[in-house]
Amino acid sequence: MQAFLKKQEIFLSKPLNLWSRLCLVLAAICMGATFFFPLWEIRLVAPQYRDGLELYIYSYQLQAGNDGQHLDEINLLNHYIGMQPIREADFVEMTWIPFAFGIFILLSLRGVVFGRMGNIVDLFVLFLYFGIFSMANFYYRLYSYGHNLDPTAPMTIEPFTPVLMGKNRIANFIQYSYPDVASYFLIAFGVLLVVAAVLSVREKPIVPESHTTA
Amino acid sequence: MKPANQERTLKWPAFLAALPLFGILAACAPDDEVRRADGESPAEQSYVAPGDFDDYYLFYSGGHSGNVFVAGIPSMRHIVTIPVFTKYPGKGYGYDEVTKEHLGDFTWGDIHHPALSKTDGMYDGRWLFVNDNAHNRIARIDLRDFKVKQVLGPIPNTSGNHGSSFVTENNEYVMGGTRFSVPLPKGTYAHPSDYEDEFNGVITGISVDQETGEMEVGWQVLTPPFNWDLSSTGKGPSQDWAFFTSYNTEMAHTVLEVNASQLDRDLGAAVNWRAAEQAVADGNYTEIDGVPVIDPAEVPGVMYFIPIGKSPHGMDTTPSGEWIVAGGKLQPSATVYSFERMMAAIEAEDFEDEKRGVPVLNYNSVVEGEVPVGLGPLHTQFDGRGNAYTSMFIDSQVAKWRLPPWSDEEKEDLESVVVDKIDVHYNIGHLVVGGSDTKEPYGDWLVAMNKHAVGRHIKVGPGIPETSQLIDISGEEMHMVKEAFTDKEPHFAQILRADAIDPIEVYPRAENDHPQAIWDFDDAEVTRNGDEVEVRMISIRSRFVPDVIDARVGDTITFHITNTEQTPGMTHGFGIGEMDISGNIDPGETKTYKVELDKPGVFPFYCTVFCSALHQEMQGYLSVAPAAEDTE
Repeated sequence: MQAFLKKQEIFLSKPLNLWSRLCLVLAAICMGATFFFPLWEIRLVAPQYRDGLELYIYSYQLQAGNDGQHLDEINLLNHYIGMQPIREADFVEMTWIPFAFGIFILLSLRGVVFGRMGNIVDLFVLFLYFGIFSMANFYYRLYSYGHNLDPTAPMTIEPFTPVLMGKNRIANFIQYSYPDVASYFLIAFGVLLVVAAVLSVREKPIVPESHTTA
Repeated sequence: MKPANQERTLKWPAFLAALPLFGILAACAPDDEVRRADGESPAEQSYVAPGDFDDYYLFYSGGHSGNVFVAGIPSMRHIVTIPVFTKYPGKGYGYDEVTKEHLGDFTWGDIHHPALSKTDGMYDGRWLFVNDNAHNRIARIDLRDFKVKQVLGPIPNTSGNHGSSFVTENNEYVMGGTRFSVPLPKGTYAHPSDYEDEFNGVITGISVDQETGEMEVGWQVLTPPFNWDLSSTGKGPSQDWAFFTSYNTEMAHTVLEVNASQLDRDLGAAVNWRAAEQAVADGNYTEIDGVPVIDPAEVPGVMYFIPIGKSPHGMDTTPSGEWIVAGGKLQPSATVYSFERMMAAIEAEDFEDEKRGVPVLNYNSVVEGEVPVGLGPLHTQFDGRGNAYTSMFIDSQVAKWRLPPWSDEEKEDLESVVVDKIDVHYNIGHLVVGGSDTKEPYGDWLVAMNKHAVGRHIKVGPGIPETSQLIDISGEEMHMVKEAFTDKEPHFAQILRADAIDPIEVYPRAENDHPQAIWDFDDAEVTRNGDEVEVRMISIRSRFVPDVIDARVGDTITFHITNTEQTPGMTHGFGIGEMDISGNIDPGETKTYKVELDKPGVFPFYCTVFCSALHQEMQGYLSVAPAAEDTE
């Protein structure tokens, strides 16, 4: 056990070479780029909405097609089934997710400066936790919208969960839900962390001076 | 029509038996039922598949129906009606406060000549002007939303604004001419037997604001009581001029069909609108009924008379602005005038006569030729390739002929410039070639608007419709392609390329400047001030907010209804039973309706436009309690 821990300590204290640090810089840039693109796109298509009603979910805002009109239209249609109106103000995530993304950028840059394998591991674990948590959170949001239906609504429908990823039919609509550009940047961020770690995995650990004198 | 070769599948004996039938079928087939050189049949040429778009807008005047009809070319499908001078409950026109004001004191109008606005002599896609021959008005339709934005009139001193609405090269003026002369100003009494002395005509220049399109009467030119008929505006070299025909130089006041058909030539007019504008600026006018009226005898250069073949009708300027073509209803030719020679005659004072102080240009000096097109020539259009197309009412034909310059040989026998004729069914009035009144006509389609459709359709009783026939003029010969029917009564039309405009389908919320517009259910309210009740209401799928409104007999209730939708097609109606309100509120629009409550009871109101699955449920109640004194 002691040996394992020792090994771990050696691994975590491995220095990051230039290539790894470059990967971390790229990762930071990818994370920064997410602010400019939507994370997710939801599109609702029906015969009379041939081109679809589009919702774009950003880390910090909700955007809809036709200058936001599509969101009003979706809410208008949803009132027939008693769904709560979708409002940007209700998405508390949109206040803390940009903050988290900022932290990821800072931690990437910390890895560039401090240059230790441990920095990457910290960041990757945090990022993984964030990813799982936000997907679950997103699913819960969709579940809530589809299950907290006003019982006095004009139309009574079986509670449902709008599809998280893929295609699904709801009444006369086909709902498409797919990750958008910013999500690909997030995936790139994760991949770059792994690449950064792999590139420095053969580096010799820097043994602290106290160790050599002991 | 089924192609005859489908019959080939018949067995031999049947085929033989069918032979005589073939002969009959071939005899029945219209002559024009031929394929074009590229093999496209008329059916293929005019077929616009479901979901596909037409290439052109066709804006028909609706005559005394008071509307403008919009169809597509080449399908000739009627797409929409634009109400202008008549109540049109289908579009809620004439029920809200704004459109009630457009109608004024009249329930109908008589639209003859729509004119698209122009910049540099080309359609600019901004407005469509239409005249009202009956009540002397001009309306402006905005092509952004296909709605009437202004109705000007009745125009003073004008009775029968027929020679209208023709637009100058840069929308400076919309021209008007009075058809029926009366003693001026209107309201003056004189007996019609004193017609020649007491009655007067005018030609009107209606100025147009370049930015907003707002029209006002600019000036009028006083004329003898000639019955001004049609007009066109100059282009290029002739851009400062407008040309008019008249059909009663005899100045008859009774039995005009005889008494106004005595002279071999009537007088048309060339009016220099810039000179008229200058005369007004110089103060050379008399004000009659609030309009600066110019006496052309006192201001030389404003107007010249032109002799025109017997009882003329159309007066059309070519795209180059060099030639002006007049149709003489009772003379079987189209008369071509040279603008250059008109100017030379004016310069040289080459006048053959003078009428009430206005010079009459020497006919022989200004005429290029009389083209023997056929009987009853009315109107001429141009394809921009040097060809003219003249409608012939009596012959029921369209003649295609070549404009000057002509060779000496051709001048000897002008019949030789007539290159093709096509039958139309029947008694054609106007015809239109897209862009004929611009510098660059489209030149591919011609629409013939025929007055008598007898025997052209399944029977619909004695009130027969009109026919409009689409004719392919892209080749050397004309080909009949399609026939459509319309209600009374398209006179003239304009054709506009579909991609020349991009109309809106919702009113953007940000543009709504109605002072009583509301967008939130929380702002919906009913307020009372004495016996004035005001309702600020929202209509949205599928409800009115508020939907129960209390009032009393003796109240005047005003509904300001905002359709808060921003989705194309989501128009909501507002009909109140037994109160004669048919409202239509388009997405993003706010409209105001006023009703005086004179009887107690509960009056349901409802959405008249099938808006949504729960459209039937979109209703409410106006409950009118007995007057306060009755309940005491």
